[in-house]
Amino acid sequence: MIGKYLPLLASSLRRKRLRTFFTIASILIAFLLYGLAASLQFALKSGVDVAGADRLLTMHKVSFTQLLPASYESRIKAVDGVEAVSPQTWFGAWFRDERNQFPTFPSDPEAYLKIYPEIRLSEQQKQDWFADRSGALVGRAIADLYGWKVGDQVPLKSAIWRRLDGSDTWDITVRAIYDLPEGGDTRQIVLHQEYFEEAKQQAKGLIGWYVIKISDVNRAQAIGKQIDAMFANSPAETKTSSERAMAQSFVNQIGNIGAILSAIVAAVFFTMLLVTANTMAQSVRERTSELGVLKTLGFSNGGVLGMVLGESVLVTAVGGLLGMFFAWWISVQFGPTMDQYLPGFRVPPEAFAKALVYILALGVIAGAVPAWQAMRLRIVEALRRD
Amino acid sequence: MTATTAAAAAAKPIVRIRDLVKEYRRGAETVRVLDGLSLDIKQGDFVALMGPSGSGKSTLLNLIGGLDRPTSGTLEVEGLRVDELTDASLGHWRADHVGFVFQMYNLLPVLTAERNVELPLLLTSLDREQRMKRVAAALQLVGLSNRAKHRPRELSGGQEQRVGIARAIVTDPTLLLCDEPTGDLDRKSGDEILTLLEALNDEYGKTIIMVTHDPHAAERSHRVIHLDKGMLSEGPG
Repeated sequence: MIGKYLPLLASSLRRKRLRTFFTIASILIAFLLYGLAASLQFALKSGVDVAGADRLLTMHKVSFTQLLPASYESRIKAVDGVEAVSPQTWFGAWFRDERNQFPTFPSDPEAYLKIYPEIRLSEQQKQDWFADRSGALVGRAIADLYGWKVGDQVPLKSAIWRRLDGSDTWDITVRAIYDLPEGGDTRQIVLHQEYFEEAKQQAKGLIGWYVIKISDVNRAQAIGKQIDAMFANSPAETKTSSERAMAQSFVNQIGNIGAILSAIVAAVFFTMLLVTANTMAQSVRERTSELGVLKTLGFSNGGVLGMVLGESVLVTAVGGLLGMFFAWWISVQFGPTMDQYLPGFRVPPEAFAKALVYILALGVIAGAVPAWQAMRLRIVEALRRD
Repeated sequence: MTATTAAAAAAKPIVRIRDLVKEYRRGAETVRVLDGLSLDIKQGDFVALMGPSGSGKSTLLNLIGGLDRPTSGTLEVEGLRVDELTDASLGHWRADHVGFVFQMYNLLPVLTAERNVELPLLLTSLDREQRMKRVAAALQLVGLSNRAKHRPRELSGGQEQRVGIARAIVTDPTLLLCDEPTGDLDRKSGDEILTLLEALNDEYGKTIIMVTHDPHAAERSHRVIHLDKGMLSEGPG
């Protein structure tokens, strides 16, 4: 039914091709920005979604860059409700190019896998990693990036830690490569804490922070308080919170960027609303007599209203869908490259659904006033104008 | 008097107007454009409405075509009180019963000739194939089958007016209302349009009411009605 009016609507867009092109291009850019902003927010949020509520992080009360005594481990282990504890330290690893650092942590291998049960690796590789003190558990993304295979010897550089001989090169052997469920970030390397402790030159007996697995999520806060109370008034006081809370607080800091992006996108959308409304108003003004002719031929007031609204929605739909397509294309083309810094950068399905709503809303709101004017147009007056 | 004229004289009126008044407000002033006008137009007639500018010719045509509403009086077309119809009903009625031909053709410049002619058919339940058949027939009738894919700017004034006439007749209306159809054309093209209108009246029985300033065009009609200051006076046809 609507199909037979489409050539009429489409022909209206051809009336002033340049103006239509610029209007559609503006809408395209607005939706491209929206699609990319949604991808960025999705990438930032995905870290929070995978963070476990049953994991606690205990770090120095002053800052996570301050180290904690390794001796805390046994005391934390003794707390009721704690299932596993692993020390972790920021290693500052890089390979080939110092600018391309990736998360690498010396940890207790067995405890680490207990704490992160979602990590997937073969039993054989797991045992091989446990057995080799210089062995490393490498995430699939890192292995793929550098073409590493199990058994490869890799001269890993550290931007922070030097070996006893003064070298910053740590020869490790890839003993296991792990995967994560869909959407998980596998750009990480885990080393043996024992090997790291023995071989490092400085900060002996100190670690970065503790990752703790607890048996009861509901007791997370109480256990955290208990741990912090144990080390109160010591030279290295602690601050314990759940991994999810940490991730959320981290994202909240970056989230301000997300909020700023959202504000920019909202402003762009508002500008687009004005641009499209202006285009539609001009378009309707220019063909007042044509609308009069249509009404003369029998097109109803509602029909004319629908036609102007349809034209407005068609403009926003062409621009909006093209914009979302380009956002999707960019996320597919460049997402894998950005995985190292921003895993999960892609346009989420809900952004497409929202975009459809925005396209419709933008089209209807932008076309509302001109459509109303077109509807109320009196035939005799419209035919007099040209 | 031709056979058609005689037949029109014997036929019942298709348009019946009684005591028609049309007033406009211009600022604080009320201008009476039509002043208690009464008129019958028989089915199959070809009537020319003449008169000086501002005499009310186009206003009368607009009222007969349901494009405007009278201030008072009654207006029946084919027995239907057009002055009492709602806006929505008027739209449907116009689409089914009236074809309009304008002085400036009023074609949509972005549409081809056939798309312009198709416009009134979009309001019907005909499918695309049926619509295009009717469009082809209408264009053939006005002698423009070979210009179907041309846009208005690619046509001469006379050809544009032919497309306008094809658009007016494509729904097979009983009444054709023409507002100075030759007013923007040279004599030769104007004559061709008048010949076409005569053919539509003679061969297809369309009742035609034509507003014109041109006595030459009025001569081609069967009946000439003069309007002056909103009052009627009938002249020789």
